[in-house]
Amino acid sequence: MTGRAHLAVVGAGPAGLAGALSAAARGVRVTLIDAAGQAGGQFYRQPAPALGARRPEALHHQWRTWRRLADGLARHIAAGRITHLTDHHVWCVQRESDSFTVHALLGPAQEQGVTVRADAVLLATGGYERVLPFPGWTLPGVVTAGGAQAMLKGALVLPGRTAVVAGTGPLLLPVATGLAAAGTRVAALVESAGPTAVLRRAPDLAAHPAKLAEGAWYAALLLRHGVRTLSRHTVLEAHGTDRLTAVTVAALDRTGRIRPGSGRRISCDTLAVGHGMLPHTDLAEALGCTLAGTDVRVDGEQRTDVRGVWAAGETTGIGGAALALAEGHIAGRSAAARLHGTVPDPRAWAAAARVRTRLRAFFAALETVYAPPAGWAERIPDDTVVCRCEEVTAGPVRTAARSLGATDLRTAKLLTRAGMGWCQGRMCAPAVAALTGCPLTAGRRPFARPVPLGVLANLPDDDTAEQ
Amino acid sequence: MNPHELARARPGEAFTATFDGRPVTALPGQTVAAALWAAGVRAWRSTRGTGRPRGVFCGIGVCFDCLVTVNGKADQRACLVPVRPGDEIRTQEGTGRDDGRGAGR
Repeated sequence: MTGRAHLAVVGAGPAGLAGALSAAARGVRVTLIDAAGQAGGQFYRQPAPALGARRPEALHHQWRTWRRLADGLARHIAAGRITHLTDHHVWCVQRESDSFTVHALLGPAQEQGVTVRADAVLLATGGYERVLPFPGWTLPGVVTAGGAQAMLKGALVLPGRTAVVAGTGPLLLPVATGLAAAGTRVAALVESAGPTAVLRRAPDLAAHPAKLAEGAWYAALLLRHGVRTLSRHTVLEAHGTDRLTAVTVAALDRTGRIRPGSGRRISCDTLAVGHGMLPHTDLAEALGCTLAGTDVRVDGEQRTDVRGVWAAGETTGIGGAALALAEGHIAGRSAAARLHGTVPDPRAWAAAARVRTRLRAFFAALETVYAPPAGWAERIPDDTVVCRCEEVTAGPVRTAARSLGATDLRTAKLLTRAGMGWCQGRMCAPAVAALTGCPLTAGRRPFARPVPLGVLANLPDDDTAEQ
Repeated sequence: MNPHELARARPGEAFTATFDGRPVTALPGQTVAAALWAAGVRAWRSTRGTGRPRGVFCGIGVCFDCLVTVNGKADQRACLVPVRPGDEIRTQEGTGRDDGRGAGR
């Protein structure tokens, strides 16, 4: 190991890149560790190089920002200031007195372990999509909205010929327009939030002209692609025997209840559905970082309450790429100063801090606009699968709370197996929480992903595996 | 318009893999899931409990719904694993341990 301070950055999306670049520019040796084959995260997910995309920007927004990040990363890598470990799936970060060990699994097979030692860690692990269950949501052809977009951006494939994009949240707009631009017929964009909810928060939202312009731009794109928008509507059911053939959508009244007789069936082979996002917090939880609700809690410097651990981007709360960039920038500067043994001057990142304040307020307002419709949990029939991995239906989950007295997610899981499968409850936790009335709490998983026993058995107890 | 035209892609030379014994054309850089989607296949797993078909759901490695058997090895996430020439991709039945060649190979 060289004498230079060493920061491990987990995640190469906007927050991790901004953090890595600003720390490296200030004399810190950075190891950027990411599960993907290329930097960018989900927002800047790149087509695989072998696909030879000569115009990848056609699938993206804010391409100039990406070019700046990518060029900066390439320069720092060439200068030996940043080591970029791709295809490294981090499953645990351990703290040992004044240093950290980052444990990762290598490559798609994920059977070989790698460890990285560092003086400090920046967690930039992003978020994943929340999808609330409804009858038929396990049918092939039903995908998450972000999943459809990821497959399009990364692999240049479309989920099907005719899609309905449904749920709630701003992500539905780029997904619907992206699929339409790439050749899918988007039969409808179904958004459960209504125009009045947006108007109620108009003062908060109007403070962000750039975001409003973005909204208007999407509206124009939807019009151009002939995408019908059904606001204050929700998906009631996905139809099909072995694959999706249609969905039934219905109108919601002002209180979020279904308007009787408003159901209509739309033929489609794809339903891209999402109800907002949740932060990835497993690594922070295992390190003992305090969470506020479902978000990693950070101070003005993006420090968690565990010494030497910073967090930035959607792991600290869902807020999009621009907020992630601002937070990553601040985290990298703070970490560099602290690793050099100095106290950073927040005036050095005043502009980024202003962006952070504004965007946090904006996304707090959006969250109230794009809340799932009232009563969605009560509408789920007892025989609807809730936990996709363990095939647990809503009935037993309700029974766990009503008759068996489960008052927390862990007890509900032990009584029903909901959340005990491969995904460890990431997909079903919000629904189980709503069905049982238990608070949606952190998962407290010791490992962020399944780890082969052989990797655990062979964990190094000396420095031989140090990078 | 299709995604390749939109991104003006010039992929490397196509190759063949198989899905449940049928030839499937794939491109370098594609994942197993992408190759199967491109071939019109949406399901490649049947669940352990009720034997229901599943395929891609989250597309980013979080949900584990797209598990598949590749070259005799079960429990591979199709959305993460790159497809290679000659890969034998098979529908994963149940836990993947009872579908012929087992999970351990």
